[in-house]
Amino acid sequence: MLSRVKYDLTMAEAARGAGGARIDLLVVAAMVDHGARVLDVGCGDGELLRLLESRGVDGRGIELSREGVNECVAKGLAVVQGDADTDLAAYPNDAFDYVILSQTLQATRQPRVVLEHMLRISRRAIVSFPNFGHWNIRLQILLGGQMPRTRNLPYAWYETPNIHFCSIKDFRALCFAVGAKMDQAVALNAWGRQMRLKMPWWFWNLFGEQAVFLLSRRA
Amino acid sequence: MADATTTLDLADRTREADHPHSPVVRFGADKPLRLDAGVDFAPLQIAYQTYGTLNAERSNAVLICHALTGDQHVVNTHPVTGKPGWWETMVGPGLPIDTERYFIICPNVVGGCMGSSGPASTNPATRLPWGLDFPVITVRDMVRAQAMLLDYLGIDSLFAAAGGSMGGMQVLQWAASYPQRVFAALPIAAATRHSAQNIAFHEVGRQAVMADPDWRGGRYFAHGTNPRRGLAVARMGAHITYLSDAALHRKFGRRFQNRDNPTFSFDADFQVESYLRHQGITFVERFDANSYLYLTRAMDYFDLAGDYDGVVANGFRDTPTRFCVISFTSDWLFPTAESRAIVHALNAAGARVSFAEITTDKGHDAFLLDEPELFAIVRGFLDGAARSRGLRA
Repeated sequence: MLSRVKYDLTMAEAARGAGGARIDLLVVAAMVDHGARVLDVGCGDGELLRLLESRGVDGRGIELSREGVNECVAKGLAVVQGDADTDLAAYPNDAFDYVILSQTLQATRQPRVVLEHMLRISRRAIVSFPNFGHWNIRLQILLGGQMPRTRNLPYAWYETPNIHFCSIKDFRALCFAVGAKMDQAVALNAWGRQMRLKMPWWFWNLFGEQAVFLLSRRA
Repeated sequence: MADATTTLDLADRTREADHPHSPVVRFGADKPLRLDAGVDFAPLQIAYQTYGTLNAERSNAVLICHALTGDQHVVNTHPVTGKPGWWETMVGPGLPIDTERYFIICPNVVGGCMGSSGPASTNPATRLPWGLDFPVITVRDMVRAQAMLLDYLGIDSLFAAAGGSMGGMQVLQWAASYPQRVFAALPIAAATRHSAQNIAFHEVGRQAVMADPDWRGGRYFAHGTNPRRGLAVARMGAHITYLSDAALHRKFGRRFQNRDNPTFSFDADFQVESYLRHQGITFVERFDANSYLYLTRAMDYFDLAGDYDGVVANGFRDTPTRFCVISFTSDWLFPTAESRAIVHALNAAGARVSFAEITTDKGHDAFLLDEPELFAIVRGFLDGAARSRGLRA
């Protein structure tokens, strides 16, 4: 289920950088220090883990879908079949330098618990998610009167694995609620390009199609 | 049960135990095997097979640990049955465990009956088979003996240790006992401990052997008998646990064997009965009844947590070994939950671990069968590990 979301993003011809890697993954990877130990929760087919390992990162993954896991292991990646909602509890405190939740938050049953576990397992967490506050989504509800469907989120409401959508503003509120420090936040526009301008949050919340947050645990 | 005819007499069987069709290494009283039962066992004989070539750096050795009813004949014709090796789908030139790339070693476990010291071997003190005088052994004892073999072969560190079922238990024990000597560990359809249900199944098997009057308190060699019927029944019962309801139904359904109607007797009317009887009969040709008691007991005693204050993860603290744990959806003997428990322990220990569950209806025995997904995963895991170890492709 988690992986399907990511596969869709892959198939949706998500914007790719010069090396062919997805821009959102490049943004995530750029936040990780060389040589760090990283856990990628909902790692899909392992594209991010491969990118990280090519940059000298010691990467591990959890993936719910059997196909995703088997593909990763066959690539030589250290990935276990598991569920973000139940299996993060098995990891000890401070086991990693970063825990990454890439395009998976909205598919978890308990996003808050998952985020709390992430910040327990590691001092730093990176979360990327589709921004439900994007103008296109707002317009679809406002004018169309229907649950929105986009290039990156193509499911009908009755079959979507995405059960906990949030906007950038909502996610900030969750960060405050769990006491996470926001060290860095990046919004990607509809073309997957980073929005570089220093803009206020409301602007990001309206025009950012995806968001990537680097969080840290308050000491 | 029909009278089992066997192609081998007892002398032949003890001959394979003492003088097998495999290279052997013998350790004398100066190098005893220290057993968990508190015995220093000597002399010790270990029979083994090797395939492929050890490289100059001695860094490409792969230890294959066989399961309860397996032996060291992984990919060569079996000297007793004449059948192909038990893992010809996995091991060989160009196969996932590539004999052109790796040097593969498979020893017969201690307590086995194919040339390593066991209850069918001759006790040098009496010049008779050990029988029940052979000390009870554990999975850890098997692994200690294997470590002695590797010392003898001059192999300090294994590139990989791989095995399914009881073989997977040995792989886990290897990683726990000798973390510096195992670069990559591949436990398949395994568990950190034998469950109550599995101990129960084993007990039924052992009771079937011991209930056969030909068992003679374990001294059947001296009496010139062989508890064939008991061992065959044990094998029939166990064999069911290696399969699955779905696989049995797919293979046999309720079909009759060479007849159109029931005979209203206790003949093997159903194909599944006939198949099980065949499994039982062929098993007793090659397997020693007492050995079956010893090896099932060793599995029953296996409990890694017990050696580490009740916490499996303590056995893998700071392990440098990388793991690939594999389970099968229809395996109810070593279900996925057991593999997941291994993974959780390894995660808690911070180990580098992969875990995949393979969809199949073939049950526990799937690790021996043609499972393309299994092969792709094993190949990918070993290739990745080989790159990290700097092995040439």
